[in-house]
Amino acid sequence: MIAATALIAEDEPLLAASLQAELARLWPALRIVASVNHGQAAVEQALALQPHLLFLDIRMPGLSGLEAAQALAEDWPGEPGSAPFPLIVFVTAYDQYALRAFDHAAVDYLLKPVQSERLAQTCARLQAALRQRDQGPVAAPPALQVAVEQLRQLLHSPGVSAPAAPPAERLQVIPAAVGATVFMVPVDTVLYFEAADKYVRMVTPEREHLIRSSLRELLPQLDPQRFWQIHRGTVVRADAIASALRDESGKHTLTLAGHPDRLVASRLYAHRFKAM
Amino acid sequence: MTTLPALQPRSQQLKRFGQHGLHTLGIGIVVASCLALLPGRRFVPTLVYSVCIALGCWLFIDCGRMLAARWAQRNEPPEVRRARSEWPGWGWMSAVLPLGTLAGYSLGNEFANRLLGEAASPADLPSFTAIVVLSMIPGIAATYFFSSRAHLAASRAQTEHAERLAAEQRLKLLASQLEPHMLFNTLANLRALIGVDPPRAQAMLDHLILFLRATLDASRASLHPLASEFARLADYLELMQVRMGARLQTRLTLPDELATRPVPTLLLQPLVENAIKHGLEPHVRGGRVEVSAGSEGTQLVLRVRDTGTGLAPAASDQGTGFGLEQVRERLAALYGPAASLELAPAPDAEGGTLATLRMPL
Repeated sequence: MIAATALIAEDEPLLAASLQAELARLWPALRIVASVNHGQAAVEQALALQPHLLFLDIRMPGLSGLEAAQALAEDWPGEPGSAPFPLIVFVTAYDQYALRAFDHAAVDYLLKPVQSERLAQTCARLQAALRQRDQGPVAAPPALQVAVEQLRQLLHSPGVSAPAAPPAERLQVIPAAVGATVFMVPVDTVLYFEAADKYVRMVTPEREHLIRSSLRELLPQLDPQRFWQIHRGTVVRADAIASALRDESGKHTLTLAGHPDRLVASRLYAHRFKAM
Repeated sequence: MTTLPALQPRSQQLKRFGQHGLHTLGIGIVVASCLALLPGRRFVPTLVYSVCIALGCWLFIDCGRMLAARWAQRNEPPEVRRARSEWPGWGWMSAVLPLGTLAGYSLGNEFANRLLGEAASPADLPSFTAIVVLSMIPGIAATYFFSSRAHLAASRAQTEHAERLAAEQRLKLLASQLEPHMLFNTLANLRALIGVDPPRAQAMLDHLILFLRATLDASRASLHPLASEFARLADYLELMQVRMGARLQTRLTLPDELATRPVPTLLLQPLVENAIKHGLEPHVRGGRVEVSAGSEGTQLVLRVRDTGTGLAPAASDQGTGFGLEQVRERLAALYGPAASLELAPAPDAEGGTLATLRMPL
C-alpha cells in the first residue's frame, strides 16, 4: 500500500497545527499534502491533489465543511479509473443537530478539543477502510457512491444544512429589478434558479432576471414539491423538466419543456431521476 | 358554548370545592349551637335546619361564584384567569350572594322540613326577609374568608411564576454568552497551546477565567465600571485573537473621564460577538473590530464596529437573533426609552456594520 495522504481544512491556525502534530505522532506514515484555512481552498486543493483522507472543520469562512464536502461529491471525477473519493472526517466544536446526523450517516467525526485516544480510534478506522479498499475494489462498493449516499443522508437531516431556520413563507411572486423597473415574476413561471456569485439568475421562458439574494436564502421560500434542487447551485421547477439523460459518472443532463437550456443534475440528486 | 380550558387540574378544583363544603358544615354546626342557646329551641332540629340551610347556601353561592367568574373572564387569557383563581369580583358577588342565599335557604329549609317530617310553615314576608338577610351574614363572612385565601394563593403562584421567568432569562443570557462553540474552540486552542507554548497557554487561561467570571456576574444583572467592561471585552477579543490569528485585528478606545461610568456587565459582548461571527468570520481575510466610548451632551455613546460583511438588507435595524434582542431588553429594563441601540452600515469606505448604543450619562 502506498503511503496515505491527507488534507486538513481548519480555519484556526493553532488547531490545524495541533491536528497535524497529533496525526504525525499517531500515524507517522500519513503524509499531509495540504493544510488550508477555508472551504473553497479545501475543494480546490482536494480536487487538485486527490488525497485519500479529508479532515474538514464544519465552521469555516467561505464554504462550511459540509458545503465543501457536497461540492467535492458533485465535482469529483467519476469516470472508471479515476482516483477514489476521499474518506471524510468532520471536525467540530459543537453542533447540536449535526452530531446525530453524522452517526446516522456513518460518517466519522471528531469533537474539539480532539483527544488523542479518540483520534487514535479514528486513525485505526481510516486505516482499516483504506486497507479494505486496496484489497478488493470489487468487494467494496465504489467510494464515491458510498460518500454520495452518506452526504445525501446528512444534507437531508433537519438542522444540518440550514441550522434552526424558521419556516419561511412561500413566495408567490418574486420582484426582480431591471434598472428602475421592478418586474413582478409569478414563481410558477420560473423555469429554474441558478446561483451566480452573490446573485441568483432566475430564468423564465421569456427572459431572465438577476435577483439580489443567495440561493440558500431563497430555497426555504420555495415549495420543495414543485422546485427541486438538482445541484448545489441549481433549483429547477419539477414540471418544467422534459427529460433526464444519465452519463457514466452518475450525473444527469436535463432538458426543459419549451426552453433550449440544458441543466446538469449532480450525482447527489440523482435519486430524483430513477424511473418508476 | 365552547369548553373552557381547565384553569387548574380538575382534581384540585374538586378538592377545593369539597373543602369549602366541609368548612360550611362547620359553620352550620356553630350557628346551630349558638341558636340552640336561645330559649325555647331544641338542639337537634335546630342543627338539622341550620346545616341544611348552610349547605344549600354554600352550594348555590359557590357554584354561582364559579359560573360568574367564568362568564366575567370568558375573554381573558388563561394566565389572567389563573391569577384571579375563579373570583369574579365583589360586583358579581353582590348579586350572587343574595340570590344564592335565597335559593339555598328555600331549598335547605324545604329539605329539613322533609327530613324532620314537619309541615312547611308559611312565614310572612317580613320575617322571611329577616331570616334570609340573617342567613346571608355567614355567607358573606365565608365568601370573604375563601376569596382572600384564594387571592393569597394566586399571588404566591404569580410570584413563583415571575421568579421562574427571571431564572429562565438569566439562564438564556448565560447560554448566549457562554456559546458552546466559542467555549469548546477556546478550550481546543488552549489544549494545543499547552504543548507548544505554555506561558501563552497560561495567559490565555487567565483571559478565559476573567471572562467566565464576568459572564456569571452578568447573568445576575449587575453593573460594573466601563473600564471593567472594556477589560472583559479585551479578554474576549484576546481569546478570539488566539483562535483567529492574523484574521482578527482589534482596537479599543476608552477616554479616561468615562472609565468609572457604571454599565450593565458584558452589555457590549453580544455586539462584539456578532461583529466577529457575522462580520469577520465569513470573510477569509478577516478584518477589524473597534469598540469605542464617547459622550454626546448628556448621553454616553458606545460604538461597536467591524469591517466585515455588512448587514444583510433585511436584517438592518430590526434585532435579529437573540444577542441583539437581549441587549435591547437589558437597556429597556434599566433605562427605559432613554437608551437605544441602533444597527447601521458603517458610514465609511471600509464597509461593515456599526452598532451604536446610547444611554444616559
